[in-house]
Amino acid sequence: MVLVYSDEKKLTLELLHKAHDLAKEQQKKTIAVCIGHEADAQDFLAHGADVAVVVQTPLKEFKAEEYATILHHLIKEHSNETVLIGSNKNGKELAGRLAAQLQAGCIMDCTNVYLKDKKLTTERMVYSGNAIAVEQFSSHPQIITIPPKVFDPLPKNEHHKGEVVKKTIDAGQSASKILKVQEMKTEGINVEDAEIIVSCGRGFKKKEDITLVSQLADVLKGRTVGCSRPIAADLKWLSEDHWIGLSGHKVKPKLYVACGISGQIQHIAGMRDSGVIVAINKDPEALIFKSADYGIVGDLYQVLPKLTNAIKDKMG
Amino acid sequence: MNIIVCAKQVVDVSEIKIDASTKKPILAGIPQKISDIDKNALEEAIKVKEKTGGKITVITVGTPDAKERIKELLAMGADEGVLIPQPQHADYYVIAHLLAAAVKKIGSYDIILCGEASIDMFSGQMGPRLAGLLNIPQITYAQKITVEKDTLVSERNLGDKAVTIETTYPVLLTVTKEINQPRLPSLMQILSAANKPIHEWSVADLASADVTPKVHTIDVKGVPMQRKNIIFQDDVDQSVTKLVDELAKAGVLR
Ligand SMILES: Cc1cc2nc3c(=O)[nH]c(=O)nc-3n(C[C@H](O)[C@H](O)[C@H](O)COP(=O)(O)OP(=O)(O)OC[C@H]3O[C@@H](n4cnc5c(N)ncnc54)[C@H](O)[C@@H]3O)c2cc1C
Ligand SMILES: Nc1ncnc2c1ncn2[C@@H]1O[C@H](COP(=O)(O)O)[C@@H](O)[C@H]1O
Repeated sequence: MVLVYSDEKKLTLELLHKAHDLAKEQQKKTIAVCIGHEADAQDFLAHGADVAVVVQTPLKEFKAEEYATILHHLIKEHSNETVLIGSNKNGKELAGRLAAQLQAGCIMDCTNVYLKDKKLTTERMVYSGNAIAVEQFSSHPQIITIPPKVFDPLPKNEHHKGEVVKKTIDAGQSASKILKVQEMKTEGINVEDAEIIVSCGRGFKKKEDITLVSQLADVLKGRTVGCSRPIAADLKWLSEDHWIGLSGHKVKPKLYVACGISGQIQHIAGMRDSGVIVAINKDPEALIFKSADYGIVGDLYQVLPKLTNAIKDKMG
Repeated sequence: MNIIVCAKQVVDVSEIKIDASTKKPILAGIPQKISDIDKNALEEAIKVKEKTGGKITVITVGTPDAKERIKELLAMGADEGVLIPQPQHADYYVIAHLLAAAVKKIGSYDIILCGEASIDMFSGQMGPRLAGLLNIPQITYAQKITVEKDTLVSERNLGDKAVTIETTYPVLLTVTKEINQPRLPSLMQILSAANKPIHEWSVADLASADVTPKVHTIDVKGVPMQRKNIIFQDDVDQSVTKLVDELAKAGVLR
């Protein structure tokens, strides 16, 4: 069996595609797990699951300890050999804990998953994007987490047959409890979906100057502003949904413009798969130029207004 | 409070060069350091100790030269170090088992702190795995920790929301890079750290640990990054005109 779980529905659908392919190749079945969200079960079947297990639980929010116990039960029961988990923060903490409970191997953030010599094989970025590790499991069960947007969901097929199974599982009770869940300040930006991103870094002297970036983003169709870590994490000029890099969001727009960003490896790790990369930096030695297709060496305060106007003219 | 900090020695990723012919990273001879976020974990441990008293032990599974790195952590404020030699073939399963066995050998602990991720592998796997092996509560991506006598309250950063969790002891937390600013040790602290103990435990000392890996690395491939590297550095107006022409040709101005 290939079992799929994520606390994000969209991610579950993406993983189901891979699960479906892996299962087919090995004549196995695909199980999608819904914890709480019963309504999603039919969609999971229509997107490739053979079985959708609906776990009824009094838990209102994701909790790693209890959710790991739930998946542990299911995996034992179905002799699941491969477990695909959506790689977001909850998914990763769930996968690690589950791996411990099952005494299983676990590989995080896989961007490629396939069978080689009949063994489950994965690829993932390591050393901040300097290399790709190819890893292979030598035992079962095997746990893999996969980030968003690595795979596309299968097209919806209402005729795909499958069954919905309801289950009540005693998830136990951890010694910890959730006291509150607060929305964090965000601007509702989705950099992962953006086609064009204009990003700012420490080269900007004050928060107000970021309008230079948003004006350029506006004339380009993408309209999306990104930033390096210090702008979101230290200066807090922009909310964390703009943050691009190893510990931020991974993006692959068709055009990425980096303004006043030095190009440290941890930033590059988040945008290296972009189509065309443009850098604007006053330091001709800045690392960012090594990762760029086009660059302008110059003061962004002079370059950006001119570039914005020139693009506006060009695009009419 | 007795606090255990798991700290990993890693290659300084910003120093890695790529072999021009194989396109693979050259890892030999690259400077080693303590994984950045593990210093945030230690800083948080020191803050807790300043409030409640107690003892901080750092554990590293690594090569013998990691002893030098552990000294830096003792200078920052850890009381004792434990170094466990890393078996030649080790995956997360193996290292988590060694860490768990070391934690059990230390015996009494209230808080275990890890980084949210190691800077070389960036998995975020070890913390939750260790918590699972020890069967204790886990709080990952902690951006704030408040310690009281019988309970600990912490805020997890999930990017779009913050989840506040309360727990009893013992508990394992993984911290974000933003939680604090790690201190730099003074010369006095560096000198006095020489007297603090570093225990070297062999894998055989940790008999309960299973050291047969479940995952094998079969290759570390290079990542081809082909970029045009066309850089304009003349007069700003000319540079801008040339750039816009190139972008139009590349078809991204539609
Ligand atoms: C564990 C870890 C995770 C990390 N994760 C991330 C991450 O996800 N994302 C990320 O971005 N970083 C990350 N970092 C931080 C990263 O290492 C760099 O510190 C960061 O990317 C630097 O941001 P910056 O380029 O904006 O600032 P700086 O490095 O300070 O660069 C500013 C640049 O602006 C240029 N400049 C200054 N004035 C002007 C001007 N007037 N006109 C034009 N150019 C100008 C300068 O020449 C310089 O190149 C991480 C670090 C660690 C240790
Ligand atoms: N070899 C190791 N020795 C000690 N601690 C480790 C080791 N590997 C990982 N850790 C801890 O686990 C955290 C997460 O690492 P990772 O799962 O590799 O991202 C690190 O920040 C450390 O706190």
